[in-house]
Amino acid sequence: MAASPVDLAFAEAVATSDEFDAWACMNCGICSAVCPIGIDLMPRKLFRYAILGLKDDLLEETDSIFQCLLCKLCEENCTANVHIAGNMRFLRSYIDDEVFGLDAGRGKEEHHAASHG
Amino acid sequence: MPLPTGDIVGLMVDNLEKRGSVFPLSAKKATRWAEGLEIPHGGRTVIYTGAMYQLLPYIIAMVGLLARVEDSFLARWVFLGRFANRFVNLSAIGARPSRAEVDRYNQILRNIARLLQQAGVEFGYLYEDDLYAGALAHDMGVDGTLRAHANRVHATLREHGVQRVITLDPHTTNMLRSVYPTMIDGFDIEVKSYLEVLAEADAEPLRRVGEDVVIHDSCVYARSEGVIDEPRQLLERAGYTIKEPRESRNLTYCCGGPIEALFPSKAHDVAVQRVGQLRETGGKQVTTMCPMCLASLAKAADGTLPMEDISVFLSRAYSSDSPGAVVEQMAD
Repeated sequence: MAASPVDLAFAEAVATSDEFDAWACMNCGICSAVCPIGIDLMPRKLFRYAILGLKDDLLEETDSIFQCLLCKLCEENCTANVHIAGNMRFLRSYIDDEVFGLDAGRGKEEHHAASHG
Repeated sequence: MPLPTGDIVGLMVDNLEKRGSVFPLSAKKATRWAEGLEIPHGGRTVIYTGAMYQLLPYIIAMVGLLARVEDSFLARWVFLGRFANRFVNLSAIGARPSRAEVDRYNQILRNIARLLQQAGVEFGYLYEDDLYAGALAHDMGVDGTLRAHANRVHATLREHGVQRVITLDPHTTNMLRSVYPTMIDGFDIEVKSYLEVLAEADAEPLRRVGEDVVIHDSCVYARSEGVIDEPRQLLERAGYTIKEPRESRNLTYCCGGPIEALFPSKAHDVAVQRVGQLRETGGKQVTTMCPMCLASLAKAADGTLPMEDISVFLSRAYSSDSPGAVVEQMAD
């Protein structure tokens, strides 16, 4: 199987995000064990894809990303204090913008202008 | 074929941008619950429904439609629905809940208002300006759209001179108390759940109810807002014996509701798991404190385990309204 190409723009979006903090994940697996949805190796696999900039692999998991309940049971048990729900929301926001074309970032400039104007 | 995530999320975004709510509801329907309660317009302290309880019957009806589309050939045509919805409010046409269901959720709001009045709490209501807070948009990650909407909500609160908000459900509490301050510069409105307000007011019950009740904590109240002890304190003072499921308090288990609109079958599976956990306690009745939890769990229990909002249980003890009448009306 050929290695997936790294998408540098995606990797940068992850690296510069205020919301994404899964760098601290130690891959212990508690999140997977307690997840009510039982999404396989999620969310660890998703976070590895994001950290490595593997955009195509991540987008193949779009359904899993939107199946997350954001119930934070994983977060409550996380040994590395990762804000798992916040990371999932970051991935959704990225997909909303880049794949669904929902222009989810709209309003940011407006807010910026309002804050500084 | 599963439902197309992008089109469903897009439909919600279109509605929030064009109509101010992910599932638009007329002001008449959203405020009908308050008829006859003589709640003043506006004021420095207001109860804030965020239309969550009012919306639930319509969301249940819409989800019922989507569940029938899921895994059918119609799923591939949802994009046409999104297109049409830009011009016609499809949720007003497609979602027709039963009168009994609408009355049930309106009665919960009436219960809460009466409980606060009974406890001597003074408050107003913004009526048609009590806007949806945007919880689903936040969950879906459409932060740009949400930020614009949150600023509209905040501006409306400021126009009315509101300084303190009493919220009625966990999602609106979370949006106004924890999310808005991260999105809106200078957001300084105090936000408390009515359960916190009643607990702080040391509300005294008018009668004691000697019954067991199984408690289902809302994920958002328990893990995001720290509202865990207040409902227990109010129930115990009213004479209820609380039965705790194994997955309780900050380790409570989701009802499946947050993904109902996108993955109805998976959401139902989670709700069935949760009903099983609640049943394991041996209790005969369950209290919820979130409209989404109530809808999801009641549907999964399918009449085999009675579920009611906590305001129904509290009304039996704290409210001077005849609790029997409330219960009878809820059972219609």
